[in-house]
Amino acid sequence: MNNSFIAKNPSVLWFLLGLSLFTVLVSILSEAAGTALISTSFLKTLGKTLCLCLVAIAMDVVWGYCGILSLGHFAFFGIGGYAIGMWLMYDRTKDIVVTSLENNILPPTPDEITTAIGSQIFGVVGSSEFPVIWAFSHSLTLQLLAVVLVPGLLALVFGWLAFRSRVTGVYLSILTQAMTLALSLYFFQNDTGLRGNNGLSGLQNIPGLDDVSQATLSLWFFWASAFALGSGYLLFVWMTSGKFGSVIRAIRDNEARVRFLGYHVESYKLFIFTVTAMVAGVAGALYYPQAGIINPAEIAPIASIYLAVWVAIGGRGRLYGAVIGAAVVSLMSSWFTGGGAPDINLGIYVINWTDWWLVLLGLTFVAVTLFFPKGIGGLFDLLARKGKQS
Amino acid sequence: MSALLEVSGVSVSFDGFKAINNLSIQVAEPELRAIIGPNGAGKTTFMDIVTGKTKPDEGYVIWGEKSVSLLGMSESQIAQAGIGRKFQKPTVFEAQTVRENITLALKNPRKPLDLLLNRAALDTEERVRAISDEIGLSDALDQTSGALSHGQKQWLEIGMLLAQDPRLLLVDEPAAGMSAVEREKTTDILVHAAKTRAVIVVEHDMDFVRRLNCKVTVLHQGSVLAEGSLDHVTKNKDVVDVYLGR
Repeated sequence: MNNSFIAKNPSVLWFLLGLSLFTVLVSILSEAAGTALISTSFLKTLGKTLCLCLVAIAMDVVWGYCGILSLGHFAFFGIGGYAIGMWLMYDRTKDIVVTSLENNILPPTPDEITTAIGSQIFGVVGSSEFPVIWAFSHSLTLQLLAVVLVPGLLALVFGWLAFRSRVTGVYLSILTQAMTLALSLYFFQNDTGLRGNNGLSGLQNIPGLDDVSQATLSLWFFWASAFALGSGYLLFVWMTSGKFGSVIRAIRDNEARVRFLGYHVESYKLFIFTVTAMVAGVAGALYYPQAGIINPAEIAPIASIYLAVWVAIGGRGRLYGAVIGAAVVSLMSSWFTGGGAPDINLGIYVINWTDWWLVLLGLTFVAVTLFFPKGIGGLFDLLARKGKQS
Repeated sequence: MSALLEVSGVSVSFDGFKAINNLSIQVAEPELRAIIGPNGAGKTTFMDIVTGKTKPDEGYVIWGEKSVSLLGMSESQIAQAGIGRKFQKPTVFEAQTVRENITLALKNPRKPLDLLLNRAALDTEERVRAISDEIGLSDALDQTSGALSHGQKQWLEIGMLLAQDPRLLLVDEPAAGMSAVEREKTTDILVHAAKTRAVIVVEHDMDFVRRLNCKVTVLHQGSVLAEGSLDHVTKNKDVVDVYLGR
């Protein structure tokens, strides 16, 4: 069984091999391993990129395989980040508060501790009360569950309402975008209890691991991200191959026909939408501790549109295409916007890439859509064809 | 001869236009039935109603021994109850292979988890073989179905219908765009299928209907104009008027 699974999907082996090699190489070059050819900040960038690749393959399954152009999967990613961020922030603040109150003559009561934590966290929004949604923030287990359950439930309810009413195509995309916009506006409000536009910060400090250096922590997160990407890849290859994959691709191409074959199309869409939302949540939960900060701007609709652009450029309908697209475009994006790309002096005008990168990305997207609908991944088809001919 | 499908007093209108007007048709099992009629007679709307795509304004659609109403059921439930449909334009999944297309249609559990956990019947491969033999596509099993000729796509779709193993087959213009040889073969497949199940064929082409040699229902303006053997209905004055006169 296992044998035939890999035999049927040779790309899995290549992908996992490449990912392992990459992980080993980066580990050896990292500061934690001593060679320090890769700085800790770049190691974090690479780890974050792996998380973006994970959410990109989820997007590819929902869009490239099942034909649902969701403009909301980055919101699920952000929710995963918030869910883990709440625990990180709570527990770390608690450590600090308890240490600072230790020197008091009278031992602090639990109430005093809670108030002190509250005023530390919510001081920026002029409050010290714990909002209801922080009820589980003391428990790592519960917040880890929230990482998958909150995006999953949201996708389940939203998807059920949308698919049941047979909303498809552009209308569904608009609806998911509206959901994303509503969510980010909700997160922006101070009343929501997630520190409004300040977001959650200090997430790179892991409670209980104060003795571990950032160099080592970053390597651990890099490994966790690589493992998550590998597992997610396997999960999605398993889902998209075989008869289940055949049904969802059929839904993408002709939904009505699949209904007349006796399949309950809505269940399939809902299943895909929910599972990919959960994976997006996991990716977000691994990303934001490496980024150190999350704020509502991260889940604004534009982020989900970028996600679709990555998948389109990388090549829809093939998982490794999504990985390539997310990695290449997001790394290039941080190179261009981070001032890495040299300005181009045209004499009369200087092209400053921090401003012009988005224009370049937009033009690339248009060009890929018009001339290379299969994206970068399509190049592999050309290579395979050449290989067969020679 | 008890009816497998009983459509009675069904009417449906789109924006005031009555596409189906007090239509009643009964089909037995097994039976081969042809439905003919000029454009806009309501043939396709009739199929839409039976398969659950369109909900009628009034009337009943009753199915099977237990006399279940099909009106409250979704398209997928109706398909699972045993009604298969072939569309006018061949609609196969062009990006997938012939084998995948047939496997999709095969009568097997159809819930998402059943498929993920691979709860299919063990004889899947044999059934795919048997069906591809019947429709003459055994050699093309691993070919992408988009690469098939028009006639082969029609057969593949008929094969997918057979794979569903429905009790009632609704076939919309199966002979459209086929060569003479292909038509003959299509006739054979349909006549053979109708030995064990009910088959309703909607067709424009009179020669094709003549070859089916079965009971004919003539639709006009959304209701039944005449019913009987082809010779009988073609002698009917109303039918002649509708087809030739006016």
